[in-house]
Amino acid sequence: MTTRVLRLAALLALAFAPPAIAALNILATVPEWGALAAELGGDKVTVSVATTAMQDPHHVEARPSLIARARGADLVLATGAELEAGWLPMVLQQAGNAKVREGQPGHFEAAAFVPMLEKPARLDRAEGDVHASGNPHIQTDPRNIGRVATALAARLAEVDPANAAYYRSRQARFADRWSAAVARWEKEAAPLRGALVIVHHKAFPYLFGWLGIREAGTLEPRPGVEPTTSHLTRVLATAKAQPVKMVIRAAYQDDRASQWLAERAKVNAVALPFTVGGTPGAGDLFGLYDDTVRRLLQGLQ
Amino acid sequence: MNRTLLAPFALALALGAIPHARAANDTELAAIREQIRSLRQAYEARIEALEQRLKAAEATASQPAPQVAARPSPAARPNLFNPAISLVLQGNYANLRRDPEKYAIHGFAQGGEIGPGKRGFNLAESEIAMSASVDDKFAGNLIASLTSDEKVSVEEAYGIYTAAPAGLVPKFGRFFSGIGYLNELHPHAWDFHGAPLAYEAFLGGKYVQDGVQMKWIAPIDQFIEIGAEAGSGEGFPGTARSGNGAASAALFAHVGGDVGDSHSWRAGLSWLRARPQDRQWTQADLAGNDALLSFGGTSDVSIADFVWKWAPRGNARATSFKLQGEYVRRRERGDLAYDANGALGLARTGVYESTQSGWYLQGVWQFMPTWRAGLRHDRLSTGTVDYGDNAASLALDGFSPKRTSFMVDWTPSEFSRVRAQYSRSETLPGLPDNQFFVQYILTLGAHGAHRY
Repeated sequence: MTTRVLRLAALLALAFAPPAIAALNILATVPEWGALAAELGGDKVTVSVATTAMQDPHHVEARPSLIARARGADLVLATGAELEAGWLPMVLQQAGNAKVREGQPGHFEAAAFVPMLEKPARLDRAEGDVHASGNPHIQTDPRNIGRVATALAARLAEVDPANAAYYRSRQARFADRWSAAVARWEKEAAPLRGALVIVHHKAFPYLFGWLGIREAGTLEPRPGVEPTTSHLTRVLATAKAQPVKMVIRAAYQDDRASQWLAERAKVNAVALPFTVGGTPGAGDLFGLYDDTVRRLLQGLQ
Repeated sequence: MNRTLLAPFALALALGAIPHARAANDTELAAIREQIRSLRQAYEARIEALEQRLKAAEATASQPAPQVAARPSPAARPNLFNPAISLVLQGNYANLRRDPEKYAIHGFAQGGEIGPGKRGFNLAESEIAMSASVDDKFAGNLIASLTSDEKVSVEEAYGIYTAAPAGLVPKFGRFFSGIGYLNELHPHAWDFHGAPLAYEAFLGGKYVQDGVQMKWIAPIDQFIEIGAEAGSGEGFPGTARSGNGAASAALFAHVGGDVGDSHSWRAGLSWLRARPQDRQWTQADLAGNDALLSFGGTSDVSIADFVWKWAPRGNARATSFKLQGEYVRRRERGDLAYDANGALGLARTGVYESTQSGWYLQGVWQFMPTWRAGLRHDRLSTGTVDYGDNAASLALDGFSPKRTSFMVDWTPSEFSRVRAQYSRSETLPGLPDNQFFVQYILTLGAHGAHRY
């Protein structure tokens, strides 16, 4: 009996023991930070992502699998600005991992490192799903990715000091490639400057600020509230009265409202990847903006 | 926004992002300079974009400038340390065919807060929840409930030790026990109005612990959670008692995971032991009198639960489906005192042993954004009850209480829900009840995170 118990204990210990050379375990809440962590961390990190590009990042459940992954994480990468308020605190509370709790070095919020847009002057839920810290969809401006990359490399070096030099050199290389790419995208996207568009959800203020696109209206009457017929009728009137070029939605959003408007207002309906994996072309961070700019330019025609 | 304001900010950001500046050698210094340079470039580009945007906005006046609220200094706001506060307002209208005062589940010992509630317009419990980190070691949570009869009760008030190592989560105070699936959820998060019959009959609606809980999450990618609780055991099926030590103990284990992007699940097994003393209820005896019964002994409740959720590619915005079921079995052993409604003032005590069970199965389908429909079926089995020496006076027939409920609810945002529900409830032989409810649930204040 005793030997059997010992054997079982040994088996359990083996099953639960961490591998001898453990890579840094990173849990990213959304695909863009997962992709960035992989760019900077290379083979020193294992990245898992809590959501796919087809999920609405505001509405994720505190699933058992997420609790299990947060339990083993050395670093949790979140957007912050209350984007994950509905689930991440519950996952972290249940995961029993003190390293990644808010305020610890193992908890990284990207929104803390970029200038936030659309900070509401008045906080009232009658205005819809507003975020006190500003619009959380910061990844639609590639220059924000560059800012977050700098901060993230520093954080990786802090959490995993043994590989600090590795992370810094990867970040330096990434920064070079990235600034070249940003310059290229800006050149390609020059015709978009001043273009008037309608969006499904207020998901792109950073993108529009970057490329000089102007937003004429949203299909959602309030952020996070489903489009209604009466509101769509008003948006249609706007779209007909002004030289609106296209109606834009993120890949995860239902296409019915934007198709409805596109048909009636005779404008192009454009689905943007929004994050890595949102479209077949957006396979990594570079592809994300390649495809975004390509789709926007197509929408102009 | 101007350059002079942003440049120091950029510098501070760059410096703050470099933790080991002291150890910097020449190459690192060069890297830092490079980072500052790229940051400055990025900011200059950004400022240029903002200026252009501002010009465009001024030109058309249709595009407001980005609003940047001034951040007040923390010193001016001592309230910043206040806990996150949220409120839940609930109420309902109930149309019940049978008098709810006479509600009972035939063949089962009664206890706790059970039944469909009052007829007509009702204010249900209003909840006040407050939570915050206490310090770097503890977090605290209070949920108080204001009832329509002007009472305040403490639903939950617990601390969590957040600095525990090795995946341990210690919790202490008053909390909803981790047994089963539905028990840990607050009623405002339930998908139907009212607890399943199995929860009413065996747990008095829900089981609340005053005590301690220890949970452990296995350090593997497969979700495995094991928990143990010890508590005062005052809640039904236990009773208040005076004594040192724990009068109730619970053990539970949950496993769960994802299947692809679209499916997720959780399943569990739980066991609860309570030691009631003089737990009283009334039950009709063979002579047709309402006899007063009193039980003392041990009560073991076992629960098997599962929940499975589906949403196309994990996006529950438009459609989703949730299937959930629990099987509950209670075994009681001890002594039963029988008092035939004070006849001759005599009470007779005998050995008592019972094994009873029940289950529910429910499905909730979100068929379009903001609208859901659900069906639940509840059933209880009286099982075997041995009245021992009292068998001459007490017996059970083979009646199996059951209930079927259908609901439709509208959830315009994650903060509000309005529900209509119809239930056909057969908890007393020959007295089926048709129940119709309209219920509202409003959540105000801090955006709380939701359980799975």
